[in-house]
Amino acid sequence: MTQITATTSASESFGARAMHWLRTINPVYYIALVLLVAVGYLNPVFYTPDPFLAFLARAAPLMILTAGQVFVLVSGGFDLSVGSVVTSTVIISAILANNDPNSTWWVILFLLAGGVLVGLINGAVTTFLKVPSLISTLGMLLVVRGVGLLWSGGAPRGYLPDNLRMFGRSGIEGIFGLRQFPYAVILLVVFAVLYWLLLHRMNYGRQLLALGDNPRASRLSGVNISLVRVSAFVICSVSAAIAGILIGGRGGVSIEAGTGLEMQSIAAAVLGGTMLLGGRGSVPAAMTGALALEVLFTLLNLMGLPKPLRDAVQGLIIIGAVAYTAYSTRKTR
Amino acid sequence: MTALTPSAASPSVIDRARAWARARNIPPVYGILVIIFFVSILADLFFGIDNQLFIFNPTILTNILVRSVALGIVAVGQTFVVLGASIDLSVAYMISVTAVGASYLMAGDPNRVWWTVIVLFVVGAVVGLVNGTIITKLKVNPLIATLGVGLILKGLLNASFANFAGSVPISFQAFAYNAIGPLPISVLVLFAVVIAGWFLLRRTRYGAHLYAVGGSEETARLSGLHTDRILTIAHVICSMTAVLTGLFVVSRLRSGAPWVGTDGLYDLESIAATVIGGTALSGGKGGVWGTLAGVLIFSLLDTMFNQIGIDAYMKQILRGAVIILAVGFYTFRSKAEQG
Amino acid sequence: MAENFLTETEHEPIAPPPAPPAAQPVLEVAHIAKQFPGVLALDDVSVAFYPGEVHAVVGENGAGKSTLMKVLAGAIRPDSGELRFDGRPVTFNHPAEAQQAGISIIYQEFNLLPERTVAENIFLGREPHRFGVIDYKQLEADTLAVLERLEAQDLISPTAQLGTLSVAQQQIVEIAKALSFDAKVLIMDEPTAALASQEVAVLTDLVRRLQAGGMAIIYISHRLVEVFDLAQRVTVLKDGQKVTTEMIGDLNMSRIVELMVGRVLSEYFPERARPEDIGEVVLRLRGASNDALHDIDLELRAGEIIGIAGLQGSGRTALAQAIFGVEPFETGTMEFAGRAELFATPSQAIRRRLGYVTEDRKYEGLALKQPINDNILLTLRTLQNKVSRVFRNGTRSDREMALELARRVDVRAPTMEREVRTLSGGNQQKVVLAKWLATDAKLLIFDEPTRGIDVEAKASIHERIRELARAGTAVLMISSELPEVIGMSDRILVMWDGAIIGELPAGASEAEIMHLATGQKEDTKYEIRDTSEERALDS
Repeated sequence: MTQITATTSASESFGARAMHWLRTINPVYYIALVLLVAVGYLNPVFYTPDPFLAFLARAAPLMILTAGQVFVLVSGGFDLSVGSVVTSTVIISAILANNDPNSTWWVILFLLAGGVLVGLINGAVTTFLKVPSLISTLGMLLVVRGVGLLWSGGAPRGYLPDNLRMFGRSGIEGIFGLRQFPYAVILLVVFAVLYWLLLHRMNYGRQLLALGDNPRASRLSGVNISLVRVSAFVICSVSAAIAGILIGGRGGVSIEAGTGLEMQSIAAAVLGGTMLLGGRGSVPAAMTGALALEVLFTLLNLMGLPKPLRDAVQGLIIIGAVAYTAYSTRKTR
Repeated sequence: MTALTPSAASPSVIDRARAWARARNIPPVYGILVIIFFVSILADLFFGIDNQLFIFNPTILTNILVRSVALGIVAVGQTFVVLGASIDLSVAYMISVTAVGASYLMAGDPNRVWWTVIVLFVVGAVVGLVNGTIITKLKVNPLIATLGVGLILKGLLNASFANFAGSVPISFQAFAYNAIGPLPISVLVLFAVVIAGWFLLRRTRYGAHLYAVGGSEETARLSGLHTDRILTIAHVICSMTAVLTGLFVVSRLRSGAPWVGTDGLYDLESIAATVIGGTALSGGKGGVWGTLAGVLIFSLLDTMFNQIGIDAYMKQILRGAVIILAVGFYTFRSKAEQG
Repeated sequence: MAENFLTETEHEPIAPPPAPPAAQPVLEVAHIAKQFPGVLALDDVSVAFYPGEVHAVVGENGAGKSTLMKVLAGAIRPDSGELRFDGRPVTFNHPAEAQQAGISIIYQEFNLLPERTVAENIFLGREPHRFGVIDYKQLEADTLAVLERLEAQDLISPTAQLGTLSVAQQQIVEIAKALSFDAKVLIMDEPTAALASQEVAVLTDLVRRLQAGGMAIIYISHRLVEVFDLAQRVTVLKDGQKVTTEMIGDLNMSRIVELMVGRVLSEYFPERARPEDIGEVVLRLRGASNDALHDIDLELRAGEIIGIAGLQGSGRTALAQAIFGVEPFETGTMEFAGRAELFATPSQAIRRRLGYVTEDRKYEGLALKQPINDNILLTLRTLQNKVSRVFRNGTRSDREMALELARRVDVRAPTMEREVRTLSGGNQQKVVLAKWLATDAKLLIFDEPTRGIDVEAKASIHERIRELARAGTAVLMISSELPEVIGMSDRILVMWDGAIIGELPAGASEAEIMHLATGQKEDTKYEIRDTSEERALDS
């Protein structure tokens, strides 16, 4: 123990310091790297620009969703309603737009407003009624899906106009010598930067982390904990609405569009080292976790595994990765 | 909500009832159940689509109990793990595995019933053991561990079966459809499970130790308890109740499909019923009777919605709202009491 | 001025005459060493503990007390050395083994389950049973028998839910639990830290009774007065090594402190405010009341330190929280820095330059998983723009500010990115202090600023507080440690039952404070054990 200084002890060799530095890197980056190399090995085409961008476009919804989920997770909560928000976004956008290209912009506004509303309700119920978020967002899972299904009568109706679908499936043609630069990737980059700034470079993010760590101490230090917590839920639900627009654009209207995404996003975030029950988490690492999951799906596909078995492998990987993280943190303590 | 109940006429009665319940540490879920019961009667009276009130119809009354069986049995198991400050998200998949496994293995042959049931309970115990081991030995967060195990079960099941597979023999359907006297067998089984759960939790050392593990793992460990073993047993119990629920579901449906468990939302609803029943998600506090009351709330609401002819999707919305409000009702209140 | 309370006396032990020292120690450690990554926590320590004796273990934080206790209780296995119990060498792999053998430990944070009954807690893991079914009648009878041995059967019912009991009662349950193991050795870690003074008396009685019954009691405390009150033998630890073990009669307080610190600490409290230091009125309360407080009148000036004394539950913390907007006043008026104010939330208070160093670091003061940096900057972020500025966290100015504050209070850590949970208690408290220095507060409220902190860090924090006052900050300091209140305050307010019951000038005696703090009016008669001596303490 010394006075705080910036210097590291010079006695350590360069190799030891490099090893130490490598060990401080979040393991999710290694996992993603290994998976990416494996995919490239099985399918060299993967690393030509167009297929790779297409892959990123496919991964974009889960990555954005996961980044949103991180905000709720570091605040100490869960958001189980995101899958339903995605489904309802897809269903309702089809009904509202009903193949009318002129409607696109107000439909998008409406969907984002819907996301804000769901987030506000999740946040308010959790913050003011003190309902555990696992339960409040579970309730909202049922409510939001019910609203979507009630509106559509239980089956997909209507069509999405092309200018609404474009976010999910098309891109800017012929720039950088590419066939297409997907809009989804642009959105992905925009949100990655935005969320990174928000959580890691703004007072808001630091207050959110402190709140997830110790709500009482945060309140006594002047953090407006209700506002900060509710806005985390809003960020998460809005992210889900955006993911819904991308998924609808890519895959078309389906009442299964968002099934399982709540758990996938939590698992991806945890894979990225986010601590459940709050206080620790990183946007880039969590998004890498989501990327790793999507690469994994691609890999399993390439290996010709039957589709259902992907779930099983996904389950194994998640448990393995979290067990490894738990093991290594125990060891370093 | 209270204003709608007949007893609201004399507020002192309510106040006294509340004081009485508080003094005995009785969770408010029973109050909510009573309130919803009276609300149901009023709703039925004013908006009912047939001319008969459900409380005078023994079939419907029994039906409320039958509706509670599937969720009730697995919710008892969920209560065990939640009391141990854990959670089990794999139960829905376990129910699917059981339902499909039962109809596939029995294949309509009454002679295969017994060993099929035994095999399935063994499978359930193994899954519980795996859940518990991953949580206690590998120190994986229970939410992630059981989600992962659930995904593995789902993957294996969907890879092997795409649709309804086989069927259960008529004799096995007695579980869901026969009755002893006025009470269906399934309801008796539910009560047997609840009573067994109550006895285990409140009268045995195992129960006392599970409360200790959930209340404070550290304290339990320092008292020399084998905390890992205790929590793992809770997971085994939980998975086995999921098997029992799966058996009930398949006996009612006659054949099992891979989606029966997940479509029933048994994972999330069993957690909701447990929490509404007054068991704290942080563990160490609560019990199975409260959980049963929570499940009855769901069944009662379903019955009321049917009686007044509410659309299936609207039902989902209301169900979600009730989960939030019911838990909010007393979390908010208990915070207010603390000052 | 109060030079200090420690150096004055040759304190004679007030405890009952020690039992004739038994020839055979019941528990003994020989040449124990324990290495943690980066620290040699115990270095060749040998101590013997005798039955029927209270053996105090003292030392600064980090001296190795808690490691030694954990070794004795079987929670930690030493790297080398021997543990002898009843003359035989033993190894404990698990705390439960030590407990079975007859060594019980009561930690500061109780190991009890608030949702379970007293009986279930005492016999957890040892419930009388038949085929796994608990025999509740037997359980309650056994519990009653144990409580009767402590003469606590009227105080505590075996079937009471533990969470409904007071801290003192819960401690008795812990002791009863130890007794139910037929403990020969009882280790108590800071047992009085959370007790009010009448409760301390009950505990002291209990300890004496256990001692008379032949139990060896190992008593860890920062409060040296208690040590002299109870112990027959004292072991002083410093930096993982044993400095000495001596009979209490061979030592005095100043000598113990000297041994603990390793040097003579001559001056404990900084000088009081001079008249020219005192400035404008910063805080003025008139008839302020809420559920926990009534009719609070108070005037606090810049540069002045007001000490608030009173028993636990007398409304001291409620007063701090009301001023700071945690549980605001409901009636009456409050004036802050010349403006009528009533803060409804802490953030309002902070924005108007009010700070509150809370009593409990871990639960109220720090976000333990966050770096030192972010903890220090947390209040500053409240003061910065409402709409957070991009890159604010990354700017050099912020990081430099945090670093400068950390240096000012002398936080010791390798980097500012170190998570606060990894720091020692004293360093954590310094981080809390830095957090509040960042706000440049006009009024700082300190609630138990030095609880559980070693002597040296204490002195440094006292110095900081007085420095702040000299620079013009108004300070309200709540403390249960009377010497601290007496030594630090320019004026002393005593609270009782939610009201300020009296004001005393600087240098009032402990007796005068206790007299008021126990709710006795000016004219009632009271007895103080040794008034002349206590007056001498703060002459």
